[in-house]
Amino acid sequence: MRYLCVIYDDEQMMAGMSKEQGEAFMGEYFAFTDGIKKSGHYLGGEALEPVATATSVRIRNGKLSTTDGPFAETKEQLGGYYLINARDLNDAIQVAAKIPSARTGTVEIRPIVEFGTPS
Amino acid sequence: MATLIRLLGDFDLAEEALHDAFTAALERWPVDGVPGNPRAWLVSTGRFKAIDVLRRRARFDRAAAALAASIEAAASSAGQEVEVDADEVEDDRLRLIFTCCHPALSRDAQLALTLREVCGLTTEEIGHAFLTDPRTIAQRIVRAKGKIRDARIPYQVPSRTELSDRLDNVLHVIYLVFNEGYSASSGDALTRQDLSGEAIRLGRLLVELLGEPEASGLLALMLLQESRRAARTSEDGELVLLADQDRARWDRALIAEGAGRLEQALASRRIGPYTLQAAIAAAHAHAATAEATDWQAIVALYDVMVRLDASPVMQLNRAAAVSMRDGPAEGLALMDALLAAGDLDDYYLAHSARADMCRRLGRTADARASYARALELTRQGPERRFLERRMAELTTGNRLGKHGFQG
Repeated sequence: MRYLCVIYDDEQMMAGMSKEQGEAFMGEYFAFTDGIKKSGHYLGGEALEPVATATSVRIRNGKLSTTDGPFAETKEQLGGYYLINARDLNDAIQVAAKIPSARTGTVEIRPIVEFGTPS
Repeated sequence: MATLIRLLGDFDLAEEALHDAFTAALERWPVDGVPGNPRAWLVSTGRFKAIDVLRRRARFDRAAAALAASIEAAASSAGQEVEVDADEVEDDRLRLIFTCCHPALSRDAQLALTLREVCGLTTEEIGHAFLTDPRTIAQRIVRAKGKIRDARIPYQVPSRTELSDRLDNVLHVIYLVFNEGYSASSGDALTRQDLSGEAIRLGRLLVELLGEPEASGLLALMLLQESRRAARTSEDGELVLLADQDRARWDRALIAEGAGRLEQALASRRIGPYTLQAAIAAAHAHAATAEATDWQAIVALYDVMVRLDASPVMQLNRAAAVSMRDGPAEGLALMDALLAAGDLDDYYLAHSARADMCRRLGRTADARASYARALELTRQGPERRFLERRMAELTTGNRLGKHGFQG
């Protein structure tokens, strides 16, 4: 069963890290990604550029509206995701718990809707 | 029921199937006689009834057709008779408890689901127990089952590595059920024995199935607290404090069993918060009179306790114990510090305890103010009447004080 692990972290706190801390953190991410590739959980994943680079798009009454910034201002910001294959929610939780940002921010686990197959 | 949930993979389907199976049993057993293994018969019949249900639904739903086919395949490969041995059933019940208490479900949902699926209470009974509209309970249960299905919460006992955390959650749910029965959160009945009974049954089941020390600790705690039920209220349903209770009315059998369970928990050398609380309850249980209570030991236990659980409520309980060992001035100092920190502001027992300290120190005005605050925060009949009586006694005392010493 597929799940999306959506990663939220406090950008300000992350930006406040020293060069060494930042590199160590990224190192943990690389190790994590390697780990779940080996275990067969990994289906995809990306880090996202900071929220300052975000653009929000809405169409209302047929009109396109483009605004600077994320869809909502939040204390923790969307920073990346992993798409994983897991046996069940417990398995997904075990994977998500190892994502480095789980210690500093929040990882939201959402099951993917599988269209066209019986539940 | 638990076995059917495992075999059929769906709560509602299992319920419908069990209902149909029971109906069939009521028709067939008087005629054919009760089968040698009634449980196996029910499970087997339940499984076939489920296939019927799914076939009916299958005309509209491809998923149901696929499910029916897989259940049928499993059934025919296992043979006509389902081997339902006692161990398997116990394992199923354990799986059920852990699934109902899965942390991915909200606490409210865990409580409702456990009481419904593990204890077999109706939504009316659960609603009545928690003073909530049964329809709200029903909705919670529907949403919880939906989450279990859609997020695929597996129906299994957690692995060794996860067990400790997951067990904490189960114990917490059981203790919430017990507390709801031990002291109603509002209304006139001080205790709801049936809920406490359910919690104890669940606790026993958990110890039997898992044998973890904290589970024994929780069971010990519940048994020891339950032992005081008869003494906790007077004939008129009024609240009787621990210090004033008639200890002859304490249930010695429950105390003995609780003490035994506590021994088991302590023997493991893995002491957790429930085991500690049970030890404190046992210290009270072993005192022949209130005056004989070993407060030194109790404070020592609380000292360990607050290292594991530094919550304000636990610190408050410790402060009360300290006041018994060292006097009300010490207790008041601790309580004022806790109240100043702000977390206990809405907790009526904090104000009630503070009032008691002030009362013992002769600070009548302060005592009255704290009793008044406590009254604002509790809706429960017997608790309110107790607080009102204490306030009234203050006034009487005050009048006496004005006239100088009473001879």
